[in-house]
Amino acid sequence: MRMNCPICGTRDAREFSYLGHANLRNRPDPDAGDVVWDEYLHNRDNIAGVVEDLWSHDYGCSAWLVVTRNTQNHGIISTRLAKEDAS
Amino acid sequence: MRVEGKGRIDRSTPLTFQFDGRSFTGFAGDTVASALLANDERLVGRSFKYHRPRGIVTQGAEEPNALVTIKRGLAQTPNVRATTQPLYNGLVAHSQNAFPSLKFDAMAINDRLSAFLGAGFYYKTFMWPRALWERVYEPFIRRAAGLGALDHTYDGERYEKANCHCDVLVIGGGPAGLMAAHVAALSGLDVIIADDAVRFGGRLLNDQAQIDGKCGAQWAVQMIEQLGQMPNVTVMPRTTVTGAYDGGVYGALQRQSDHLAEPSSDLPVETFWRIACDRAILCAGALERHIAFPDNDRPGVMMAGAVRGYLNQYGVAAGQKTIVFANNDDAHKTAHDLHTAGIDVTVLDTRENRKGTTPFSVIAGAEVIGTSGRLGLKSVTFRHEGKTKTVGCDCLAVSGGWNPTVHLTCHMNGRPTWNDEISSFVPTPNSVPGLIAAGAANGTFSTSKILGEAASIANQVVSELGKSPVAIDIPDAEDEPTIVSPKWEVHGIGRAWLDFQNDVTTKDVRQAAQENFRSVEHMKRYTTQGMATDQGKSSNVLALAVLADATGRGIPQTGTTTFRPPYTPVSLTALGAGAHGMGFAPQRKLTSHQTSQDLQAPNIEAGLWYRPSYYPQNGERTWRDSCDREVAMVRNAVGVCDVSTLGKIDVKGPDAAAFLDFVYTNKMSTLGEGRVRYGLMLREDGFVMDDGTCARLGPNHFLMTTTTAAAGQVMRHLEFVHQCLRPDFDLSFSSVTEHWAQFAVAGPSSRDLLNCILDRSIGDKDLKYMGCMDIAVAGVAGRLFRISFSGEHAYEIAVPARFGASLFDLLLEQADRLKGGPYGLEALNVLRIEKGFITHAEIDGRVTANDLGLARMISDEKDCIGKTMSNRPGLNGPHRLQLVGLKPAGAVKQIVAGAHMFTEGDAINRVNDQGHISSVGYSPTLEVNLGLGMLKNGRARIGEIVNMVDHLSGVRAALEVCDPVFFDPEGGRLRG
Repeated sequence: MRMNCPICGTRDAREFSYLGHANLRNRPDPDAGDVVWDEYLHNRDNIAGVVEDLWSHDYGCSAWLVVTRNTQNHGIISTRLAKEDAS
Repeated sequence: MRVEGKGRIDRSTPLTFQFDGRSFTGFAGDTVASALLANDERLVGRSFKYHRPRGIVTQGAEEPNALVTIKRGLAQTPNVRATTQPLYNGLVAHSQNAFPSLKFDAMAINDRLSAFLGAGFYYKTFMWPRALWERVYEPFIRRAAGLGALDHTYDGERYEKANCHCDVLVIGGGPAGLMAAHVAALSGLDVIIADDAVRFGGRLLNDQAQIDGKCGAQWAVQMIEQLGQMPNVTVMPRTTVTGAYDGGVYGALQRQSDHLAEPSSDLPVETFWRIACDRAILCAGALERHIAFPDNDRPGVMMAGAVRGYLNQYGVAAGQKTIVFANNDDAHKTAHDLHTAGIDVTVLDTRENRKGTTPFSVIAGAEVIGTSGRLGLKSVTFRHEGKTKTVGCDCLAVSGGWNPTVHLTCHMNGRPTWNDEISSFVPTPNSVPGLIAAGAANGTFSTSKILGEAASIANQVVSELGKSPVAIDIPDAEDEPTIVSPKWEVHGIGRAWLDFQNDVTTKDVRQAAQENFRSVEHMKRYTTQGMATDQGKSSNVLALAVLADATGRGIPQTGTTTFRPPYTPVSLTALGAGAHGMGFAPQRKLTSHQTSQDLQAPNIEAGLWYRPSYYPQNGERTWRDSCDREVAMVRNAVGVCDVSTLGKIDVKGPDAAAFLDFVYTNKMSTLGEGRVRYGLMLREDGFVMDDGTCARLGPNHFLMTTTTAAAGQVMRHLEFVHQCLRPDFDLSFSSVTEHWAQFAVAGPSSRDLLNCILDRSIGDKDLKYMGCMDIAVAGVAGRLFRISFSGEHAYEIAVPARFGASLFDLLLEQADRLKGGPYGLEALNVLRIEKGFITHAEIDGRVTANDLGLARMISDEKDCIGKTMSNRPGLNGPHRLQLVGLKPAGAVKQIVAGAHMFTEGDAINRVNDQGHISSVGYSPTLEVNLGLGMLKNGRARIGEIVNMVDHLSGVRAALEVCDPVFFDPEGGRLRG
């Protein structure tokens, strides 16, 4: 499997590591309440289809990427830099 | 036997080889199988379950029977297919699964007991009594199971792993593959063409087919030579593409020296390639399938295409008198070629209407109902027009039709599609993105149509990749229609075999269906059909046709099991190449490594780091002797310890302070320049991630340290926080762990020692506790931190890593004069336990700041990662395990790390568990064993006696709960 790093180019997937849903970027306010924090930290939809994940290019440039991919066929639809992506 | 004037072997180069201790001769260009057949060796192995005598059946990777063990020097490779193993001079092969000999095999008794050993035998028999499983059944099954054997010695042979890239990967070098590669290469694309055989040409080597008016095999030679001369083409013979993976990545096993009598020592045995490509064209051809008739497994019963291949490619006749039994026209080519070579041949065609004028005898509407000859075929009995007849013969060439080699198209969960016209499964388009099948692999069988299809598919790929299609003339070739009439099974007396390697019969499949294992997946597992090393390449379709019949469904409704990588077995030594011994994990060595080695310090592995454990001196018998001395040395004089393994992260930028406030629980923005602060970091879920120090080197410049174990994790976390949560912060940071060599200098004489080496000596006022400053040693600029992990007046001195070794030597030299010296990780651990300092033994991912007694470190004045969630009710309260110190309070003075604690009087069981012991050490300072542990509501239980129980070592002891700081609780020594 290969993935495109916007900085380094297409690289083997073993250079990258997975963190979780791209929603992890949307950190709630400290006083947002238990329900919101619980939702942010723990609850995920298990989607068969297109998802957005956060991946880190550990063995490359250390960039965090927002990866849009399809869990049904492992196809990678797009990758973009997390810090440049308006969430 | 060898047939004069036939074959593509080099008769001028005879080769000798051994099989089961006997010597034989073959020729260059032979495989082990063709050479054995040439020597009329028909019995080559025993089957897995019943130990039935078996012979060579096929000519390629699908071979179920002819598996041998090849010995070369120390190396012993089991389960090598004799049909694909090239012959070399001096080759030594052994048969498998037979004891004491191939001709008389004791385990053949299983064959007599077969009535009791049918499908599901193991499941039904070894169920009860349960007590027998471990002692009797499992050892018995393990002894009886498995083909071949490893000799368990490391043979030192070299294997490789490698990567390559191309635009188009062509899998298979037969007519389709050669044509597809030709077109793709002419368009200018980068092409790799791989074939599992030594020679390119595929079935052109086995047939007498003509292309462009010349011999097909010659055409193949010309094509591959042309391709080999093109700079944009890589030709990979002896390379099996074993798997299709996500994103256009394919696995391939290249055998580089198994065909050489004396391989050069710098040539790997095998290389496992990862090939990344934009498109792949599957030209893997087709595999012939058997017909299930009674006793169809005797040595001498072979596939018709293989009999033809042995004749045309190797000049070998598999028998003196051959019967061809088939349901299709292709097998008639075998009869034709045998006949023209002067071999007696008769065709039994299952089709009533198969007529035609042939120079050999064809009996239409006939079916074989039995065979004879235990160690080799002697006769065939067939039914024709209601009568049975037995004829003598030593070779029966069978063809039940051809199955396209669809395997790779199924590797990403695709299922093939049933094609009624050819009675076979064909690839379902787009099953693997970017992979497209052409030729026989796609169910196209005439040579002319194969060439046309391969060219047009290659041109389609060329266009998709943005190149101009190549105009190409399709050469003239045979264009006969595929005429096949399904014939799966002949009913009769005796067992009809499907899977030859795992000994599955039609009866087993029917029994599975009867016992309601009707799904093809269940049938497979119940009967073990297709689960041997050949993965049922020649038998799966046949087996599911029988299942379809038994369950009254059609084949498409019955469906097929899927194929998974690898297509053929791949040596683990190739997959794991480079990961043997030192290659398994890289070693990270300290700059002081050599000095510590010279001082005989044993190493302890900390992640990938190698750290000195203790420095033994004359007269010291155990590590404890050395450790006790080193602890006392630090407490009374001075010790030096390499602490470079701690993670070091350099943080710079206008928002560096704000960023650190966000990632640490405590405030770093208020830290003065030249000051150091202990910091605690939480995960967002409120648990402790790591701890360390943070030094402010300038207004916008910080240096933080992490624990050795968490250095990578913390770095990744900081990148996440910056890039994903606060990209607005203006700062940058980088790991400088290996840029600096850093040594702890600890003990009452630490400053004296430093003043021996610093270019400008320091006094107490120059550097107070928790301060940092620039220093120089012999003109080398470095940094000095007054921090302590031992509780003593201590420093950490850092210099660029290239000066680390000399600084360490310098420190030891001077320390010696002050009755000091080096100390290792054991002493470091005891020193920190005496002071109640935590490491990842305590920060094990389950503890909170409050558990550690550090709740006050979470600043009220700001938000930080993990702050909100650390306030969850579940993470606070008397039910939590809290850090405590522990001392022996009874007769037993031992404390065991990992032991659990129980309230006095409580029964020792899981429900009553009060916590565990995380760190232990003998304190020479206090002359007692000390422990740190996590105890339920621990801080409220200081003074209480708890019971320690360690089930592993059997040690039980009464312990007194106390404050985790055992030594110098006021910290006077730190500041002294």
